[in-house]
Amino acid sequence: MSTILTAVLALLLLAAAFGLLLGYAAVRFRVEGDPIVEQIDAILPQTQCGQCGYPGCKPYAEAISNGDAINKCPPGGQATIDALADLLDLEPIPLDSEHGEEKPKTVAYIREDECIGCTKCIQACPVDAILGAAKQMHTVIISECTGCDLCVEPCPVDCIDMIPLPVTPNNWRWPAPVSDPSLILTDRGRGHLMQESA
Amino acid sequence: MMVKVYNFHGGIHPPDNKKHSTRSPIRPAPLPDRLILPLQQHIGHPATPLVAVGDCVLKGQKIAEPAGRISAAVHAPTSGRISYIGPHPIPHASGLEADTIVLDSDGKDEWITHQPISDYRQMKKSELIDFIREAGIAGLGGAGFPTDVKLHLGDDHIVNTLIINAAECEPYITADDMLLRERADQVLSGIEILAHLLQPSHILIGIEDNKAHAIRSLSDALQQTQLKTKLNIDLVVVPTKYPSGGEKQLIKLLTNVEVPSGKIPADVGIVCQNVGTAAAIHRAVHLGEPLISRIVTVTGEAVGHPQNLEVLIGTPFETLLQASEVDHNRLFRLVMGGPMMGISVENDQIPVIKTTNCIIAATYDEMPPAPPAQPCIRCGMCEQVCPAELLPQQLYWFAKGREFDKARHHNLFDCIECGACAYVCPSSIPLVQHYRFAKSEIRNEEAEQKKADHARIRFEARQARLERELAEKEQKRKERAEAAAKQQLLRQRAEDAKPAAEQSNEAELKQLKTAAAIARTKLKKARDALKNAEDKGQEGIEKMQETVKDLELKAEQAHNAWISAGGEDPAAKASPSIQQETESL
Amino acid sequence: MSLIRLSSPHVFKANTSAAVMQQVLLATLPAIFAMTLFFGWGTLIQITLAMLLALSFEAICLLLRKRSLRFFLTDGSALVTAVLLGLAIPPFAPWWVMAVGIFSAIVLAKHLYGGLGNNPFNPAMVAYALLLISFPVEMTRWTLPFVIQGDGWQVASFADTLRLIFMGMEPVWLDTLTGATPLDVLKNRGGMTTEEVWRSSAVLSQGVFAWYAVSGAYLMGGIYLLYRKIFTWHAPVAMLATLFIMASLVYGIDPYNYADPFVHLGVGATMMGAFFIATDPVSCATSNKGKIIFGIGAGLLVYIIRTWGNYPDAVAFAILLMNLAAPFIDLYTQPRSYGHARARVGIKDKG
Repeated sequence: MSTILTAVLALLLLAAAFGLLLGYAAVRFRVEGDPIVEQIDAILPQTQCGQCGYPGCKPYAEAISNGDAINKCPPGGQATIDALADLLDLEPIPLDSEHGEEKPKTVAYIREDECIGCTKCIQACPVDAILGAAKQMHTVIISECTGCDLCVEPCPVDCIDMIPLPVTPNNWRWPAPVSDPSLILTDRGRGHLMQESA
Repeated sequence: MMVKVYNFHGGIHPPDNKKHSTRSPIRPAPLPDRLILPLQQHIGHPATPLVAVGDCVLKGQKIAEPAGRISAAVHAPTSGRISYIGPHPIPHASGLEADTIVLDSDGKDEWITHQPISDYRQMKKSELIDFIREAGIAGLGGAGFPTDVKLHLGDDHIVNTLIINAAECEPYITADDMLLRERADQVLSGIEILAHLLQPSHILIGIEDNKAHAIRSLSDALQQTQLKTKLNIDLVVVPTKYPSGGEKQLIKLLTNVEVPSGKIPADVGIVCQNVGTAAAIHRAVHLGEPLISRIVTVTGEAVGHPQNLEVLIGTPFETLLQASEVDHNRLFRLVMGGPMMGISVENDQIPVIKTTNCIIAATYDEMPPAPPAQPCIRCGMCEQVCPAELLPQQLYWFAKGREFDKARHHNLFDCIECGACAYVCPSSIPLVQHYRFAKSEIRNEEAEQKKADHARIRFEARQARLERELAEKEQKRKERAEAAAKQQLLRQRAEDAKPAAEQSNEAELKQLKTAAAIARTKLKKARDALKNAEDKGQEGIEKMQETVKDLELKAEQAHNAWISAGGEDPAAKASPSIQQETESL
Repeated sequence: MSLIRLSSPHVFKANTSAAVMQQVLLATLPAIFAMTLFFGWGTLIQITLAMLLALSFEAICLLLRKRSLRFFLTDGSALVTAVLLGLAIPPFAPWWVMAVGIFSAIVLAKHLYGGLGNNPFNPAMVAYALLLISFPVEMTRWTLPFVIQGDGWQVASFADTLRLIFMGMEPVWLDTLTGATPLDVLKNRGGMTTEEVWRSSAVLSQGVFAWYAVSGAYLMGGIYLLYRKIFTWHAPVAMLATLFIMASLVYGIDPYNYADPFVHLGVGATMMGAFFIATDPVSCATSNKGKIIFGIGAGLLVYIIRTWGNYPDAVAFAILLMNLAAPFIDLYTQPRSYGHARARVGIKDKG
């Protein structure tokens, strides 16, 4: 009987001691991190396109921090999902196609001959990247455009196109070496030619 | 005096294949019908064209001017007519097109008037540097960094040592070798100008020991010109080992100083210039010739006559290959630059640019495609040869696994892409391409992050502006409403102010009057009762008398209150009557 | 014109992984010769068996993993594993011991981890350790060197050895030709001092020469590989030096109970481990400094386990333990890169 008591007592004592230790550690070594919303917002691509269903990247960041899914951002694509998964210690999941597909980067281009100067697109642009005034032709500042395509819908004469950014020697990226095509049983293809993946 | 030669880590000894192209002297290349001049032949911003299609230009005329601080001018290499301005394939690893100016030669090769500087020592240094900038000179060694930017380094850095790079460590290339053999005096003259601008205390010319002829010719020239003692020049012969001609490696070899990561040599008091650049400076300053030609080694097993040619910038590779009797059937790979770091091009219409030091027309057997990559067996040979002392195989794992943060932490950006690791890799892994891929992904990520941050700022600014506008509108609306309400109130008050005051007074009086009347009535009733009781001789008369007295007091008080509040006549008459009545008792 | 566009460099050194493996195989020849000379046909039969099994298992794994047979079978890595295991196990061990060994080496230790280059442990040593634990009787019945018997070669004929290995037919000479290894004898010496054991045991007094000779053969092979720059000196030299220093220290303190340092270097799998296992690039540490630490650790563990542990020899365990530590060693032994004041170690930037 007394052995059982001793054992229970010892366990209780241990539990109490470790509890105190843990409690102390929790207070003493508390990590003051950046607010998580800021960190999430920093990962999001800031296109402010609203494809996630929220009116901008910050609101979506807030939603994620409150437990919303991390796969609702088509402009960020898989890279953003992976980064979010890494940050929040979640499993990376594929992009939710309900919110759109991952597309190559585009910028808005206004066919200036057709523009009637209604300023609707200017009001729609979340980053003030369209220049113009009422009854004046509008134009897109390409370096500021995030490619969110929010300006396409409001245009009454459909004169806005989303065009992919051209690849020039200056923004060209080295492709990854083709991953060992001959590792597969076929034994075909000697030499790894650089792929034309622009 | 012998200068001590130090060592750098790693390095390799690939077969140098230089002998073939040094058998014949430098020959001028044939004048092509058409010259293609990319606007960007250097590191920095593309130049801005100064000509339009149809313009006729003379040899040496500036046709594009530098745009921005780091940029270089472009000059017409011959006389002729501008036939096209627009995209054309350029020598670039991407194989893409970029803006060029195309010049149709008129065959006359007619110069503009040369404007050499008679005595550059009399000139202000900044003017002399501007002159060099106007001559379009960019590093001829391979990187193509605009030379004038490096010459300005004397302004904010103390330059102790000027290093002239004649190492030419890449196999096949002999352009600098031939230049030194034939034109050592031009190189020295250029060095003199560089020394005048930078005022170094020591000049070191680094050259690999496999160029005995060039070394002899250079030391002879040094002796003749007596510059050696005047400028404190040392000719340092370094052992042949690739990549001794890499800027950082040569600095380590000659001075045992390491350029700190992310810094430039000038931060440790050193400026490096290529021998070809020195010669180009000489020609610009003393002969008034801008940079319109350079020496190009045309070699490889697919050409019948490997040689060095003096080539006009913009000459298509095809012209040079033909001049060197190329065998198209055997040609398998066309490389611009050396076999270790050069870029392979798919098109022989690509032009020679300022950085084109060599064209290798290789046969299949000479440069066969690498065998398929085998798994890395972590043999560590790459690490043994890496001149930047990195861990190439770790970088490979990180690049392959897209763990770019870790790659960066392992100093990926200190990699100079010299190719030594890929050269020795027994598993034939395209290591350099893995690193290039990782680097461009990281750069792209950074650019995107920057853009995203910028977009966030703009979005937030817009949000703030919209909110502010809304708030302002709201504020204005409120202000308007308030102003209206105020006016309304004022008007109302003006109307109602007086009567309202009187009314309230009257009501009070009325109340007091009533109270006084009630008190009087009560008193009267009590008196009546008292009288009645006295008459009948009833008991409790004392008590009744007391009550009457009490009531008298109250009636008196109520009356007084009424009077003081402004009550008048009836009470004034009534009051004495009460007293009288009381006294009469 | 059909020109191709490739990333630089455009030239390569004529040097392949297969060539590296061939050099390693070449370097094992002296040891194979010495083993056969002193311990009979068994070694050769075991190596042949091991090679056949290794190639078969490798082929099966490659087929299952849908990889190119021609490409990977010719890299020679399976053969190196086979030869090393063939040399390591007792020459008269039954065939199924080798089969289990090769299975665990090729299938478990190599392909389940992703094939060549991805195995954290040296396959041959994984197999050896597994066999030693699973089949202690078969794995400790070592052949006695023929120098003791003098007529061993006539007694243990090729056919007899084949029958013994493949059919389990135990010939009459089995008991006279098998026994304990020198390290075994030293370990299980009862109350005797080392000197007494040395005098009383024929294995030690007469037979130890055979083991020294085999070690010498491994050393020769190792020096050849060093000369051919197949590996660097760091790991083997660090391992041998540590073992030697440890043994010298302890022997210097108590020569009656502990073996002298030359015994530690000369018998058992020390030389094989130092030159053929610890230098396995796949499972070793990467940088030169890391290799030295790896070697020191392996040397220490070999001595500790041999002297105070349960097993007479410890090279396999020591190297497997160090394989385990290799990634960690790598993290903290990154070289200082050009232009950096000091090496960046660990995983992340501090501060």
